[in-house]
Amino acid sequence: MASADQPKSGLPGVKLSKAGVMSFLSAQGILIFFLLGMLAFSLFSEQFLSQSNIMTVIRQASIIGIIAIGVTVVIIGGNLDLSVGSMLSFSTVLVVDLHDKIGPTNAILLMFAFTLMIGAVNGFLIGFLRLNSLIVTLAMLSAIQGLVLIYSGGQNVDIADQEGTWFAFFGRGYLGGIAVPILLFGLLAIVVQIVMSRTGYGRRIFAVGGNPMAAVYSGIRKNWCVFSTYLISAFCVACAALVLGSRVMGSQNNVGQGYELLVLAGIILGGTSLLGGAGSIWKTVIGVLMLGFIQNGLLLMGYPYYTQWIVTWVIIILAVWLDLANKRKSLFTTHS
Amino acid sequence: MTSIKGFFRGRAKIQPIWIFVIAIFIFFSFMSEYFLSWGNITNILVQTSTIGLIALGMTLVMINGNIDLSVGAILGLAASLAVGLQEISMTLAIAAALGAGILLGAINGLIVWKTGVNAFIVTLGAMLGIRGLLFVYTDEQSFYASNFAFSDFGMSSIGPMPVLAIIFLVCVLIMHLVLTRTSHGRNTFAVGGNPEASIDAGIRLGRHMMINFIIVGFFAALAGVLLSSQMGAATPNLGRDYELWVITAVVLGGTKLTGGSGSIIGTLGGVLAIGILRNGMNLMQVPAFYVLVVLGVILISVLIIDKKVNVPSSKEVRI
Repeated sequence: MASADQPKSGLPGVKLSKAGVMSFLSAQGILIFFLLGMLAFSLFSEQFLSQSNIMTVIRQASIIGIIAIGVTVVIIGGNLDLSVGSMLSFSTVLVVDLHDKIGPTNAILLMFAFTLMIGAVNGFLIGFLRLNSLIVTLAMLSAIQGLVLIYSGGQNVDIADQEGTWFAFFGRGYLGGIAVPILLFGLLAIVVQIVMSRTGYGRRIFAVGGNPMAAVYSGIRKNWCVFSTYLISAFCVACAALVLGSRVMGSQNNVGQGYELLVLAGIILGGTSLLGGAGSIWKTVIGVLMLGFIQNGLLLMGYPYYTQWIVTWVIIILAVWLDLANKRKSLFTTHS
Repeated sequence: MTSIKGFFRGRAKIQPIWIFVIAIFIFFSFMSEYFLSWGNITNILVQTSTIGLIALGMTLVMINGNIDLSVGAILGLAASLAVGLQEISMTLAIAAALGAGILLGAINGLIVWKTGVNAFIVTLGAMLGIRGLLFVYTDEQSFYASNFAFSDFGMSSIGPMPVLAIIFLVCVLIMHLVLTRTSHGRNTFAVGGNPEASIDAGIRLGRHMMINFIIVGFFAALAGVLLSSQMGAATPNLGRDYELWVITAVVLGGTKLTGGSGSIIGTLGGVLAIGILRNGMNLMQVPAFYVLVVLGVILISVLIIDKKVNVPSSKEVRI
């Protein structure tokens, strides 16, 4: 970009000199920032880069990660899902409560059915009635939280016989030396990534999110596509509820409160645009893991737990800003 | 032209939410003998003043086509500052609380203006970060007001009207006049209606948006100060989920998320609808959980009705 688009008033848009270096920096900025952070963490704490610590971080991040995979699909399709936090509360309370009443297998099946039903309601309202996804899922956030409280009567639920049930497998089990939540997270990420990048279905979701009108004109059934993204999101939430319920063997009725924001933070950090039509599951996995390592590193360095939120604030904005700056070739916007 | 059209659209249309407000008002008057008393009505006004004040600022931000998710965190921080610093000086405490709101609003606005990052992302980050600041500042402790003048203020009345209700109604009037009678209000509609055209028309878009973020930050802080004076205390979790209630109220009031239309009178209706529902269902001894479900259902119904009543825009493609 030449200097022709210098603004006439206000602060001038700062031009990136040494274009090559700077554009590399801003394109990979967040990754470099992240690697520097990892380096600093490992200098300050010996445990940080140990295998057991890394596995712990990934395991802790897996619940947010599993949900984030589904929400990424919704976002690629051009919508948002804020209801995942309440849905996680709902599904976890449901599966834990039903476990003792009708047995683990039936509880899991029923939980998946009900969670998918909520996803279908979201999908119907947004896909077929074309309501604004932000408001619909906001309304669902409140409605589902209300349903959880009505269902549980405000009581927390737990599983009586915690040792003698195979239900523990999903949250506490190991398979080939790797924790089951990590395996589930990895498996879902790989499957959904393949579906999104290698199948016609995935291409249609990208098309719908990128340019809905063009997608409709080229014969894509947009309504069904949007509807299906919410089913995928609900399925991922159900998987996360399985892991969470099995790990804790109990559930508070607001256990998922605020998850929607952490999930979004991870997705944004990974670099998926909220506008739709772009993004990938890999990016989301990296973003979620980054959040996990930042949290873990700051804790190991002895900072208070909530410092991670302040750091997240800064790096979320930095990440999106650098990405934008790289696209428009100037750090600042030019309007006054 | 957009600004002029927006100007009239914002004023002339009677918001359907008011029909709903009147309907539930009549409904609850029959259902509960306590509902229709002066004490209860002023009570509703006091209860809604917290969400209501923030919603006034949020209306401007949302007409701009932006959104502010950080208001709940700003409210919490302002409340803790107002209570926590009053051992040093009452004036300082309140000034610090309101100043923090203005400053954080300005930071949000400046970032949106200078970096061009979507307001949803900027304020989502701020929501986490400010809550983090709040927890670090309070060390996860609740503060109790040591100055009784402070907690008395939240309970006081002038004649039959509680002071908090008066402050709220005065702010409603001021913001209504700002939005309908000033150039800033006109620009708010113009910016939301068509940002590019408003830049071409000479509106300083960035500054304009920043002022609106400052306004909502100020109102969030004011709501925090008033809420903590009502309770005589501040907890670090105060204001959690308030952004959701505020956005719900503003959307119920007919403001579009896409920007360009909305009104303070509509927002007042949205706020009252939530307040009356909560209060009325409480009086009917419905458990508080049900209010959440009812609100969700109403919000979605309003969207569906809005979609059916208003002619679909030409951008939409029917399959």
